Amino acid sequence: MQYKDTSDLEISLLLEAIYRKHGYDFRQYSQAHIRRRIMNRMAISGFEDVSQMQSKVLNDEIFASELLQDLSITVTEMFRDPAFYRSLREKVIPILKTYPFIKIWHAGCATGEEAYSMAIVLQEEGLYDRTTIYATDFNQLALNQAKDGIFSNKMIKEYTTNYQLSGGKESFSSYYTSSYDNVIMNQSLKKNIVWANHNLVTDSVFAEVNLILCRNVLIYFDKNLQNKVQSLFFNSLINGGVLCLGSKESLRFSDLYEKYMELDTKQRIFKKKY
Amino acid sequence: MHYEAIVIGVSSGGMNVLKIISAALPIDFKIPIIIVQHVGAHSDSKWIQLLNEKSNLLIKEADEKEKIEKGTMYIAAPNYHLLIEKDKTFSLSIDERVNFARPSIDVLFESAAEAYREKLIGIVLTGSNNDGTKGIIRIKECGGLTIIQDPKTAESPYMPKSAIDGIEADYILSLEDIVELLIKIDNQNNNFNKLYK
Repeated sequence: MQYKDTSDLEISLLLEAIYRKHGYDFRQYSQAHIRRRIMNRMAISGFEDVSQMQSKVLNDEIFASELLQDLSITVTEMFRDPAFYRSLREKVIPILKTYPFIKIWHAGCATGEEAYSMAIVLQEEGLYDRTTIYATDFNQLALNQAKDGIFSNKMIKEYTTNYQLSGGKESFSSYYTSSYDNVIMNQSLKKNIVWANHNLVTDSVFAEVNLILCRNVLIYFDKNLQNKVQSLFFNSLINGGVLCLGSKESLRFSDLYEKYMELDTKQRIFKKKY
Repeated sequence: MHYEAIVIGVSSGGMNVLKIISAALPIDFKIPIIIVQHVGAHSDSKWIQLLNEKSNLLIKEADEKEKIEKGTMYIAAPNYHLLIEKDKTFSLSIDERVNFARPSIDVLFESAAEAYREKLIGIVLTGSNNDGTKGIIRIKECGGLTIIQDPKTAESPYMPKSAIDGIEADYILSLEDIVELLIKIDNQNNNFNKLYK
């Protein structure tokens, strides 16, 4: 694909238009990522320049929702980073076991693969019946897909490997039934997951929870927005609650670093101090 | 021209060439080097430590939001794309694979071309796919310097060949000559700095 030269100003005007018209705020996202996504859409839809796209965003609901899909991050996997899930079993599950009821927040769950992974771990550890998983995203299409729990079977081989490497105790195939080219996740995994629309950028504290997972979402935000979302998480965790970030995400540069202890430095698992 | 960064894309056969480059560059080499080497999603970073031990330069994985510093070689983390922001910091993303690769060379090169414009050097080395071709085209369009490993001297010639088909490269050289050229450019850079300070 050949990119035309596009100025930062044009891109920031487009983001402003999306925010003012549709309420979705990408103005504090990492610019290189946003630029790449917008250039891709420009090439696919055959626009001459970004201002053409801007007028389309303002006047065409269908196009606007397509662009929103482009800008939101829906790439996810079951048991992505198996070593993280192993650490979750070893270091976080024992903490969760001390609570009579457990609330977990999956922030930015996209199509739900990680929430299902969590449900599987909890079932195997005997905790699922006393747990509620709040899985949230601003992308309603992704949420609908998550709720259905139907995934392409193309990835199942990789997921099965991930699951086994993560310390899974059963046969992974016992968690779904196959149907043509898809797999359907078991009803028993869905029963305590609440799928809800929540926008980390524009919405406030969601609930008071024991565990927050937000993996590979903050990498898309600039430093200011990262700090803002970090305080949202801090305020949503009970004392002694646990925060799990993506394997390349850090709290070290956040103002809140001192208020957590590291449960697993490499896997980015943090515990809020009492 | 005063160059501010070098980006390198390399795939199969890469471990050997990175060993040679990182060992050959002198301790006073200034221009930061940012590398995408295709590796498996679960690859650990031990090989980066090994490279670092044998090199005069600091070699490390590129961290999210890290500021790009002189005299350092940065390597893209496995299973994440690596992008460069205009403020010369790194961004990571888990977006779809590009050319079946994450990290993808095109993603790094295209964002680097936007960030550094004509002050960038892009290099495509050995590999057996066509990742990097679109990226090196973009670097050329933005006025950067383009260098491709002579396919005859590459362990896997496909990737440099694909890049050569995409652009009229400024240089098509053996690995040894590329290293020599980079050292020459870095020296000129330093003289340029003395002249205009």
